[in-house]
Amino acid sequence: MSDKVKFKIDGKECEADQGLNLVEAAKQNGIYIPTLCHLEGVKAAGSCRICNVKINGRFMTACTTPVSDGMEVENSTEDIKELRKIIVETLFVSGNHYCPACEKSGSCELQALGYRFTMLVPRFPYAFEPKEVDAKSTKLYIDRNRCVLCKRCVRSIKTKDGKSIFAVKGRGHNAMINIDHELAAQMTDEEATAAMDTCPVGSILKKERGYFTPIGRRKYDKKPIGSDIEESVTI
Amino acid sequence: MSSNIQSIVEKYGKNETRLMDILHDVHCENGFVSDEEIKEIALLLNISKVDVEQTLTFYHFFSKNPRGKYTVYLNNSLVAKMMGRDEIAHTFEKATGTKFGTVSDDGLFGLYDTSCIGMNDQEPAAIINGIVFPKITTYRVKELVKSFRMGSSVQDMINSFGGGQNQSELIHAMVTNNLNRRGAVIFSDYTPGEGLEKLKSMSPEDVIAEVKNSNIRGRGGAGFPTGLKWDFCSKSPGDEKFVLCNADEGEPGTFKDRVILTERPSLMFEGMIIAGYAIGAKQGILYLRKEYEYLKNHLEFVLNEFREKGFLGKSILGIDGFDYDIRIQFGAGAYVCGEESALIESCEGKRGEPRNRPPFPVQVGYLNQPTIINNVESLSSVTKIISNGSVWFKSMGTKESSGTKLLSISGDLKYPGTFEVEWGMSINEMLEMAGASDVKAVQVGGPSGRLIAPNEFHRTICYEDLPTGGAMIVIGEGRSILETVMNFMDFFIDESCGSCAPCRYLTVILRNKLKKIIDGKGVSKDLEEIVHWGKQMKIANRCGLGQSAANPILTSIENFRGEYEAKIEKGKDYDTEFDLNSAIIESSRAVGRFPEA
Repeated sequence: MSDKVKFKIDGKECEADQGLNLVEAAKQNGIYIPTLCHLEGVKAAGSCRICNVKINGRFMTACTTPVSDGMEVENSTEDIKELRKIIVETLFVSGNHYCPACEKSGSCELQALGYRFTMLVPRFPYAFEPKEVDAKSTKLYIDRNRCVLCKRCVRSIKTKDGKSIFAVKGRGHNAMINIDHELAAQMTDEEATAAMDTCPVGSILKKERGYFTPIGRRKYDKKPIGSDIEESVTI
Repeated sequence: MSSNIQSIVEKYGKNETRLMDILHDVHCENGFVSDEEIKEIALLLNISKVDVEQTLTFYHFFSKNPRGKYTVYLNNSLVAKMMGRDEIAHTFEKATGTKFGTVSDDGLFGLYDTSCIGMNDQEPAAIINGIVFPKITTYRVKELVKSFRMGSSVQDMINSFGGGQNQSELIHAMVTNNLNRRGAVIFSDYTPGEGLEKLKSMSPEDVIAEVKNSNIRGRGGAGFPTGLKWDFCSKSPGDEKFVLCNADEGEPGTFKDRVILTERPSLMFEGMIIAGYAIGAKQGILYLRKEYEYLKNHLEFVLNEFREKGFLGKSILGIDGFDYDIRIQFGAGAYVCGEESALIESCEGKRGEPRNRPPFPVQVGYLNQPTIINNVESLSSVTKIISNGSVWFKSMGTKESSGTKLLSISGDLKYPGTFEVEWGMSINEMLEMAGASDVKAVQVGGPSGRLIAPNEFHRTICYEDLPTGGAMIVIGEGRSILETVMNFMDFFIDESCGSCAPCRYLTVILRNKLKKIIDGKGVSKDLEEIVHWGKQMKIANRCGLGQSAANPILTSIENFRGEYEAKIEKGKDYDTEFDLNSAIIESSRAVGRFPEA
């Protein structure tokens, strides 16, 4: 067991294991730091930038920052909320997100963040860029219209001998998720389902499984994203 | 399995961290890497195909498709445009019958835009099959295309040699140095080995103390104290340590490292050896931008000379246990690889995406070992600091900025080129020195720096006032500030690695907003929004590229607000950008009914 450290988030005294990343450390204290790319137990990417917080006066991503003693963290100031909302809005306009028709609607973290940040309509013009849908795999299909390039799939889904099934292709605003069809074909049904569940949006979908959970019973249908953390018993 | 790919992969010890070299070698054969070859490389390295592809598709000079027997990469940076690049592009398109971004039907010509190639003092310039063609005219374009059609090799078309080492047999380049001012540090008299000689009587701690005492700060632009970096690295625990020299100068407007690499490579390599001695490294890597591949033989020759002299290899200078060598690692066209942690990733055969910090490279760097990354000019200066002493070095410059600085000055002026000056020169003095008059603005430090107006020309170039990596773009009266900023925005969009969400797309949003203003459709609210959104870029992104991508737009609004306001629709606070008629044109066509004009 590692040493405990004391730190503050928005003035609230918190305690967690030294070296734990700030998103998890906050979670243990009943504080939700929103994020799209973070995945517990997987190496942080720090790519969605939504978990930006102010640590001792400097903007840093919480998922990439190990908590240390005496840290003063700002998580819910107006400027931080505005930054997060702007990022969520850019993700909406740079992709093609048609929530009502999406298999992930109600379980989608991007959509849930949109609600959480009370995004009524994005302030930016929609790009309507054409994106490729890749349905060549036997078990999965990738709808890049919905991808937010969080790289959860890239970081966490590997074959048994450690090979990547997903990787990024291209760069900048043309970057996209690429799938190795041969390796993907060897995935078990459980692995394919796990891949779908890993994706925060409806970009990776297991074939023949899309609308499995009916609307109304999906993850964020009743309670907003993060509320489970905020309602949890604090240590 | 082709035996050729097998031998290339084996040449690099079947090591996936050498994927960049493997791809370079395979690319060299046909000018592209096919799907079949990707598959073979993946199989031999025992990694997945998508992992090979993710590195391959990251870099501008790698391709999965043929790019023509003659591949033209024409610089599209600001200064290239100022010097008539668009006319050259048009002439290329007309002469070859193909458009930029495509290959001609006969497969002979491929035309591509490329970001600044480090030739701003001799634009318009292009790289054709690795050979730099500076100062291209429309006449020259026609001559080149005609000769290539008749089967001339690109080598055949070299019709002059630039000065200095450019005319040596090992370089034979048309590039000129334009070294317009030599100073006391980099371009002073120098005998190879003069710094190393001192190491015989200095411990590694002495070297670090001397570098610290000189107060030298990183010359790449960030200005981190070099001695402190070395100190951190030397104290970091690790199985092995590495010295990386950043020769990826990609900031549009900078080209000073090119002149060091051409005229003073020994000075730089010596600095790398001194750094290795100081931190206890066994290996140094020169990360060289692909645009400077024409210097490869020249640099390899100097390294071999060093090996023969006993400056590299085992027990260097007879110092027991001081074993050290240097290899060259080529980039493949990615500005972001100038960011130190992206450079490390690239050296490891990966996409050049900056890493999250902490940990810092001095703790966890190349191959997860403690690593220092220093700029070409910083390491060259270190050689002189060790040779002449830190007191001598500190006698130049200002209190907080010791020594000299190389400035790459280009744009609207008489004498574009590299100037070595002491820190503390004012912008006014600089403009006079380089023969510039009627100056509207100076872009200090390239696009990631600041666009300043004449009311700031009294400011001095130093860390206390106007810090810079040395790229100085002079913008004359009569140039449009908005078009300047547009060029820089396009640059950042092209060069974003795409990892951070705001950098990936907020850049595009800002660019489109600027376009709207340039097109005369802007309203005053647009300016407020640009400033508000631009500020988010500074705080939201991981690396210097993303954090500074809004600098051109923000600093130009700050200093040239009048130019924006002149373009904005007066008295309107509603948006006129949306054109209903053009939006419904497709459906109008389908139903055969058109709105009345």
